[in-house]
Amino acid sequence: MIGFFLFGTLVISAALFFNRNKWVNYALIVFYIALLWYFGVYEFLHLNGSDLSFFKFDSLGFLLYISLCIVSIPVFFHSYRYLESHNTTETPRTRGLFFAAMTILISACGVAYSANHIAVIWIFTEITTLSASVLIYHHRNIRALEGVWKYVFICAISITFVYIGILFLSLSVKQAGINDLSFDNLYANAGRLNPFWLKLAFLFIFTGFTVKLGLIPMYTAGIDAKDKAPAPAGALLSSIVINLGFVGVYRVYAIISHSTLIHWANIIIITSSVLSIFVAAIYMTRIKNIKRMFAYSSIEHMGLVMLGIAAGGIGIYAAILHIILHTFVKSALFLQYNQIYWVYQSKSIYDVGHYFKYNMAGAIVILLGFISTTAMPPSGLFVSEFLIFQSLFEAHFIGLMIIVLILLTLILWGFGSNIFKLLFTPPIQIDESRLPRISPWESLSQYILLALTVFIAYNPPSIFVTLIQNAVKII
Amino acid sequence: MTDILLIALAMSLLYISIANRLYTYISILVLQGILLFGITYLTLTHVNTLNLVLIMLETIVFKAISVPWFLNYLIKRNGITRETEPYLPNFISLIIVTLIFVITIIISNSIKDKNIDKTYFVVALSTLFTGLYLIVSRKKIITHVIGYLIIENGVFILSLAVGNEMPMLVNLGIMLDIFASVLILGVFFNKIEDVLKDPDVNLLRNLKD
Repeated sequence: MIGFFLFGTLVISAALFFNRNKWVNYALIVFYIALLWYFGVYEFLHLNGSDLSFFKFDSLGFLLYISLCIVSIPVFFHSYRYLESHNTTETPRTRGLFFAAMTILISACGVAYSANHIAVIWIFTEITTLSASVLIYHHRNIRALEGVWKYVFICAISITFVYIGILFLSLSVKQAGINDLSFDNLYANAGRLNPFWLKLAFLFIFTGFTVKLGLIPMYTAGIDAKDKAPAPAGALLSSIVINLGFVGVYRVYAIISHSTLIHWANIIIITSSVLSIFVAAIYMTRIKNIKRMFAYSSIEHMGLVMLGIAAGGIGIYAAILHIILHTFVKSALFLQYNQIYWVYQSKSIYDVGHYFKYNMAGAIVILLGFISTTAMPPSGLFVSEFLIFQSLFEAHFIGLMIIVLILLTLILWGFGSNIFKLLFTPPIQIDESRLPRISPWESLSQYILLALTVFIAYNPPSIFVTLIQNAVKII
Repeated sequence: MTDILLIALAMSLLYISIANRLYTYISILVLQGILLFGITYLTLTHVNTLNLVLIMLETIVFKAISVPWFLNYLIKRNGITRETEPYLPNFISLIIVTLIFVITIIISNSIKDKNIDKTYFVVALSTLFTGLYLIVSRKKIITHVIGYLIIENGVFILSLAVGNEMPMLVNLGIMLDIFASVLILGVFFNKIEDVLKDPDVNLLRNLKD
């Protein structure tokens, strides 16, 4: 089935690339979404089954895949809106290239979630970098060039790090007398692996995947990429690509958790995530670019997710819940961003204001998105963040918790002051005669995404809870 | 024999740390490709023939011929000046690369593992760190790409150390090379050097907060 799915993706993306007709393009995308969902249903029916000997449809892979399916529909819709109304320089060729790259990016992420072999995740990570670079360089100006060059270069270095990590992992496996690098095998034999090489392997693989996950030390490339990519592509980069990094780190951490090195690994993860939250707090308080602010907010959330993983217990459950909810919230914010740009023609916080007056429906999305991202009570993220702090408390990381809470307050202040400036204070200068008319329907998908987070956080379907619990069992 | 080739490769790193011209860098890449060809042949004795031929072809065609040729072409086409423009004097570079060697030797001697051949380990790690050092200490974008290629050569040596048991990992290393070619093609097609007029990373510093 995975073979069929990948083949279908390749055919569709090739057709998108060569096709010049708009309506055929629409049809192909609809067809692709149908393929995505079909594969999702297949995965659900064959849960815990394996495919092509390198893939296994476990709960974590399935959960992230379904959130990918849900996010991809509005992303495609807004991509069309973006290409049609935003840019006068769009040609059928650039449009075809954009969608071809996007389908490959989505499929590569979706397949990598279910990979049962570290090398397979690695290969698909490489593919996501290549396809994402096409999306980032969509505008073909010098800023986009800078963004894409940094992204590709830092990803290249990181992917080399992951590769070195895999080599060290193979050294540690060699000592245990096994020859198979599949995750199931590694979990089963984790106690016999050579700890020294396993440590090095974890260090390198973790560092490598932070470029996708958005943590210290490699987070920088992702920020520029999300800033320069068209907003729908930015939505993908800050949701499904982040999840890909999470899957990579989570599965390798699961190997460690079966060995004696778990405390050592926790120290690494905690250091990295607290530093990430710290960096996010510093930048969020002084940032003036709305899109980059959203990107830094992802860094903060990933820091929290990894803290939950390191704290253990309920924290792991909360971390998986958090990353799924974050997928919806952050993509909603990025998808909403284009409307702000249409109104003000600027991404600087200095040029915006009185957004309620110009675009009521959009302003409410921004307000709700702000409440969701900062995890204030009606938001779904509140539940997961609360559980993460509870797990930190239970793990006796009190001092750490206080530091993180202070940093979160700073972030709330920075984020809030910018968002309220956007929504309520008057803009410095704006030409009201040439404001675009934005239909409220364009914000509908964001409302649905935000409502979905509230729903699955406060009233989770029992199957959803079981799936997360199964995903936690790997550790 | 393998040791001689590996040490020759390590010496080429010392040379690259003091080289002043881009063409010297490219010749060193060619040299490293040829050395890797020999090392692959001598190391991978338990791999099946077809796979060995594939890997060796990759080293000679990709690492020693096509990539250096293409870099050469890029330099000519974009009129990149031949100076490497390091931030630090060559003498200090030489000392730093020597220090990298010393440190990796100390590190690898502290590892008590009979499974790994220390020469591979030392040469691989020092190639890797020298590549990283080249990236941070040189100004031009093209030297960054060359630094990445050197890192890749180091990783390739490391993969050879486990290549007999898991030839799949060496094949994965070939995929890394494909990635590098994309990087280089990126320079070519997107004409970074053209767009920027002056191929200097300082111009790629506008994206900030």
